[in-house]
Amino acid sequence: METIWFVLVALMITAYVVLDGFDLGAGILHLVIARTDQERRTVFRTIGPVWDGNEVFLIAGGGTLFFAFPAFYASSFSGFYLPLCIVLWLLIGRAAGIEFRHHLDNTVWTGIFDACFCFSSALLAIFFGTALGNVIRGVAIDKGGFFFAPLWTNWRVGSDPGILDWYTVIAGLVALVALAMHGALYIAVKTDGVLNQRARRSAAILWPVLIVITIVSLIGTASVRPQVLDNFRNHPIGLLIPILVVSALTGIFAFSRKGEDRKAFLSSCVYLASMLAGAAFGLYPNLLPARNDPANSLTIYNSASGHHGLTYGLIWWGIGMAFAVTYFVIVYRMFRGKVTADASGYGH
Amino acid sequence: MEDALFIHRLHFGFTITFHYLFPQLTMGLAPLIVVLKTLAIRRNDERYNHAARFWAKVFAINFVLGVVTGIPMEFQFGTNWAQFSKLTGGVIGQPLMMEGVYSFFLESAFLGLFLFGEQRLSKWAHWGTAFMVFLGSWLSGYFIIVANAWMQHPVGYTRGADGSFQVASFLQVAMNPWAILQYSHTMSGAVVTGSFFMAAVGAFYLLERKHEEQARIFVRVGVIAGVIFSILQVFPTGDLHGRYLAKHQPAAIAAMEGLWHSERGAPLVIMGQPDVEKQRIDNPLVVNKLLSFLIYGTTVAKVEGLDRFPKEDWPTNIPLLYYSYHIMAGLGTMFIAIMVAAAFLLWRRRLYASRWMLWILMLSLPFPYIANTAGWMTAELGRQPWLVYGLLRTQHGFSTNVSAGNGLFTLLGFMGVYALLAIIFLFLISRVIARGPVPEEISPSPISVSTV
Repeated sequence: METIWFVLVALMITAYVVLDGFDLGAGILHLVIARTDQERRTVFRTIGPVWDGNEVFLIAGGGTLFFAFPAFYASSFSGFYLPLCIVLWLLIGRAAGIEFRHHLDNTVWTGIFDACFCFSSALLAIFFGTALGNVIRGVAIDKGGFFFAPLWTNWRVGSDPGILDWYTVIAGLVALVALAMHGALYIAVKTDGVLNQRARRSAAILWPVLIVITIVSLIGTASVRPQVLDNFRNHPIGLLIPILVVSALTGIFAFSRKGEDRKAFLSSCVYLASMLAGAAFGLYPNLLPARNDPANSLTIYNSASGHHGLTYGLIWWGIGMAFAVTYFVIVYRMFRGKVTADASGYGH
Repeated sequence: MEDALFIHRLHFGFTITFHYLFPQLTMGLAPLIVVLKTLAIRRNDERYNHAARFWAKVFAINFVLGVVTGIPMEFQFGTNWAQFSKLTGGVIGQPLMMEGVYSFFLESAFLGLFLFGEQRLSKWAHWGTAFMVFLGSWLSGYFIIVANAWMQHPVGYTRGADGSFQVASFLQVAMNPWAILQYSHTMSGAVVTGSFFMAAVGAFYLLERKHEEQARIFVRVGVIAGVIFSILQVFPTGDLHGRYLAKHQPAAIAAMEGLWHSERGAPLVIMGQPDVEKQRIDNPLVVNKLLSFLIYGTTVAKVEGLDRFPKEDWPTNIPLLYYSYHIMAGLGTMFIAIMVAAAFLLWRRRLYASRWMLWILMLSLPFPYIANTAGWMTAELGRQPWLVYGLLRTQHGFSTNVSAGNGLFTLLGFMGVYALLAIIFLFLISRVIARGPVPEEISPSPISVSTV
């Protein structure tokens, strides 16, 4: 039962990264890809009707985590207190950037919110990558299952590292580059003309960077926490994951070159999902490994809710998510197709 | 540690109070928008669609603010109340998970369809999206109340060997009688805010002699909903909730009423300032025996005062609890008076010309916000010194690993961010209201939720 919930939480986080990832990426790049106000409006229009629903995966994922693994939720949210609060502020800034920009036709006003949107999207991507880096690397956890991690110490991966060290910074950069490219590919799918070309060009520039930084981060992971390889060694089926990563990266390159934007974007979805799946596979059954004493690690077994709740929760969760997926299908179908640069009908 | 506890309480109190300014309006407006959409179809009258479009704009801006200030709430259980989350996640995690899965997806999806889909959908399908938004926001309210009600009145749980709480019957948790009473009282309060808001904007236009045709719709719908829900707010929802409270949290009700000593035929204090040290009410204005009557239906019943309870079980801030309750109850009474008078004038067809009444309606706008806030403060301060009533004390629930200094840092940060949000919100909503319900084309392809 714990394993099922581990998989479900991982799925929700993956859905969040794949979906909200493209609007984060659009935010990171929109100052570069879209130069005129007209073009920026078009970029916003590609994400306008869907970003809020995408972000719900973060909230619902948080709620699911709280429900399934309360001890982990409590320990990690309070232990990563400062970065989490900063993430909350950034989420607010980003929503303000998207939602308030278009209320006024004034270059100062739109300039502020454009900057706000870009800055918070980029920092959020880095923070999310860093967060994953921290979970893989582990922190020093006390016997009661709690900790409080400082933002940084000496930037080394010791037994009591800060939230930022060389490894987690690399993880943050991987997320930044990967989501930027994800966003570029999404914009390419949803637009045509000059926006589409610039988006493709950005993706083409980012692709080799992503390859290099992905390899660096994987080597880093193996050196910082060699235990993640154990699961892959014991269960060779896990080796499908790196194969998926490699083929997704190849797919992005090949489809982009052929101008098949949609397939390139889907490859990017597979890349993000398989990277996260790899992390989850290596981590299992840990939720947060303790660097000081492995016995203090938070695992799915010592963090889970009672069995009765988990069993019944599964039914409720399943029904609810079936509804949610239906809504997503409806909304994405309704707003499918390319967004045109047509200036009429802002109607605000 | 006392210090850190205070910061964490202030942290949650500040962020939740600010947050609830927005959902109370969206939850209150959502059913009114459904009413407008229904009238548009039933009477085949485009003016109601027009009105619904205007209120959708107000709704959307509020919705965005509600979302961005709501996300921190979901996280703060973990960041600032880690011990509490660890112990009770097995119970309250369930409704919180369900809120995300059942209502937030519903709301966000259908709000997009409602705001952008008017041209692409049939009129009934569009009505359906409005209804789904209403359903989503009210469901969300229910799940949150279920979590809160469990803290007020824990049911349907077992305790593990480590002291943690686990759900034993989700049905019992979800059907907690406390939750049902608290939910009806809270939602009715939200509709009071929504209807006063709508009536106030209508009254503003009538006083300005602008958009008069639309303004009459706003005032009419606002006043009719307002009179119904102002009355429901007190009777039966407030009345039943109060009696249930008296039964299960007698110390809270004693402090709310400023009743220090147990008494037969206890009086109801209308006004006065509690003096905790001398255990009395200064400058009291009381109605004899009324409290006994209100709680037990007879003037001779004995009401338990604070002296019946050990001091460590007294609510921690008696004066604030007492004032919150009195402000809520006083304003609630005032709302009935205003709305009954307005409804009477509406019935006599004199309301739109009664400028004095329109002034009152317009100036009443802030008071439902104050009453709803005071009501929540009554509930939450009355629960003290407990997080889970009778089972887990507040001082044992906060994040002991987060120091007071770190807590203050983020509290100040939230205050700054929310101050900016408040300024932007007031600016944008003033623009929407200043522009008024002017006819315009419907946006065929959206940029964002709040800019329809």
